Amino acid sequence: MTAKLSFGEKVFEVLNRALLTAISIAMIYPFWHELCLSLSSGTQATRGGIFLLPREFTLSAYRQVMKNAFIWTSYANSIFCAAMTTLLGLLFTSMLAYGLSKKQVAGNRGLSFMVVFCMIFNGGLIPTYLVVYNLNLIDNLWALILMAMVTPYNTIIMKNFFSGMPAELEEAAFIDGAGPLRIFFTIILPLSKAVLATIGLWLAVASWNNFMGPLIYMNSRSNFTLPLYIRQVIDGQLLARTTGEGAQTAVESLVGATIIISVLPILCVYPFLQKYFVKGVMIGSVKG
Amino acid sequence: MAKPAQMTASRPSAPAEGGWARFKKNFPLHKYYYLLMIPGLATLLVFRYAPMAGIVVAFKDYRIVDGIFGSQWVGLRWFEMLFSNAQFTRVLFNTIYISLLKLLVGFPAPILLSIFINEISSVRYKKAIQTAVYLPHFISWVVIGGILVTILSPSVGILSLFHVTKNPLLDPSNFRWLVVLSDIWKEAGWGTVVYLAAITNVNTDLYEAATVDGANRFQRIIHITLPAISGTIAVMLILRTGSLLSAGFDQMYVLQTPATMDVGDVLDTFVYRYGLAQGRFSYAAAAGLFQSVVGLILVGLSNYITTKMGQDSVW
Repeated sequence: MTAKLSFGEKVFEVLNRALLTAISIAMIYPFWHELCLSLSSGTQATRGGIFLLPREFTLSAYRQVMKNAFIWTSYANSIFCAAMTTLLGLLFTSMLAYGLSKKQVAGNRGLSFMVVFCMIFNGGLIPTYLVVYNLNLIDNLWALILMAMVTPYNTIIMKNFFSGMPAELEEAAFIDGAGPLRIFFTIILPLSKAVLATIGLWLAVASWNNFMGPLIYMNSRSNFTLPLYIRQVIDGQLLARTTGEGAQTAVESLVGATIIISVLPILCVYPFLQKYFVKGVMIGSVKG
Repeated sequence: MAKPAQMTASRPSAPAEGGWARFKKNFPLHKYYYLLMIPGLATLLVFRYAPMAGIVVAFKDYRIVDGIFGSQWVGLRWFEMLFSNAQFTRVLFNTIYISLLKLLVGFPAPILLSIFINEISSVRYKKAIQTAVYLPHFISWVVIGGILVTILSPSVGILSLFHVTKNPLLDPSNFRWLVVLSDIWKEAGWGTVVYLAAITNVNTDLYEAATVDGANRFQRIIHITLPAISGTIAVMLILRTGSLLSAGFDQMYVLQTPATMDVGDVLDTFVYRYGLAQGRFSYAAAAGLFQSVVGLILVGLSNYITTKMGQDSVW
């Protein structure tokens, strides 16, 4: 590709860049709009249009949103769920995937199929709800954690990763008398940081964004997670408007502030951890 | 995927050993592998396989007090009711309509996007673009829904510039297209990851040789890039066909309003509403089972077809 670019190629390069820049702006702008809205005064927010910067900068929407105790309860619940799902999920997924990566273990192919089959067929919402109901886990945050921690997709990706590791790594330790458990925890896991980071991030984000789970399984407000709380705030928009609550601040600014507060953790870590998010897909795409 | 020839070749010394004998011989060592697998398998059994068994409620008149086993069998009553219900047919039509639109317009989007991204020569510029287009994938539909309502709002959104008086999300004639476009907006960027990974595996010599032979950029895309990712495209297509009857619960639930229910009510939200909001468990479970079975058939079928066409099987 070192050859000199022809005129047509140059035009293509310029057009291509312009197109992709436009697409990128289209991806980012809605978040920026929301941020500006949440930082603008009531009268300025309702003028609408395109926001380059907040108009009549004010933090009143944030002050009002943070006064509500329930946002902090929901925040704590979201953090708890994300942390537990990630920790337990990484542990159990890697353990399962390691076992499945051992081709010599009897029943291995059947168990692998059992995992894959979950990806193409499921019992559906109602039977799953009944299982959770019979386990007495309705309105219990552990329901969300236990259901989300091991997914077939993550297991397959980890299995492919372990299968790709050179067998010599284990053989030396095995000859020295180390058992499978010891080999797994002291040799394999420390060498798998890349895949663990990726899957861990996926688990954390999935848990943080999980909306259907809490909607179905959580009832009491003290067990709400952030997505459920946001939904309530958005649904409450009209209500707030009719009762005249928050006359100084536009209701849209209140919703905006709630949204920004809830996506802040993701927005903060995302640029730095982006490469880890992507890595797992690469690992998974190399099929064993 | 598996290579049986290799597996048997690795054990030439023990041809007479049966499966059970080998299992017994290896168990003292292999039991640790089973031990490691127990928690994960148990989770799958409880939360994935037990619900599959629970599908029987679709053939019963389930009542909480009777439990799954105590409830009466009713055969196909719920299925007959579903298919004679005009609302269900409507919901089915909406679901297929929306997911077909998503497939036709949404499936090629990341492929095109990844080809465009791949053609950028500056590494830093490429990285910046990728960072921007991956972002919406990591934000939940609840938040995206809220942002969408805001940005399309005639008062606080950008549409106020065009003197629009009504939020297009509340307009039934636009609704399905907005669903499809917002889905592309959220997921097309992330969708490129798989294709870009496949493209980076292409030997760069191919491009150089083609350039020397006088192939222009467009010809290189058609004759090198596209064939190189055709396997990935096939796999993604197979995985995608299974969800023809699921239009995505979160998105639909979040974007639906009473005004757009006629065009926007889909199977997922139908099952939720009837099953959990109204407590008609068996009726909703029947609708859900129909959805799962059709999905299974479609995945199997498309896997079969693409295997026939010379692609590797997905499993």
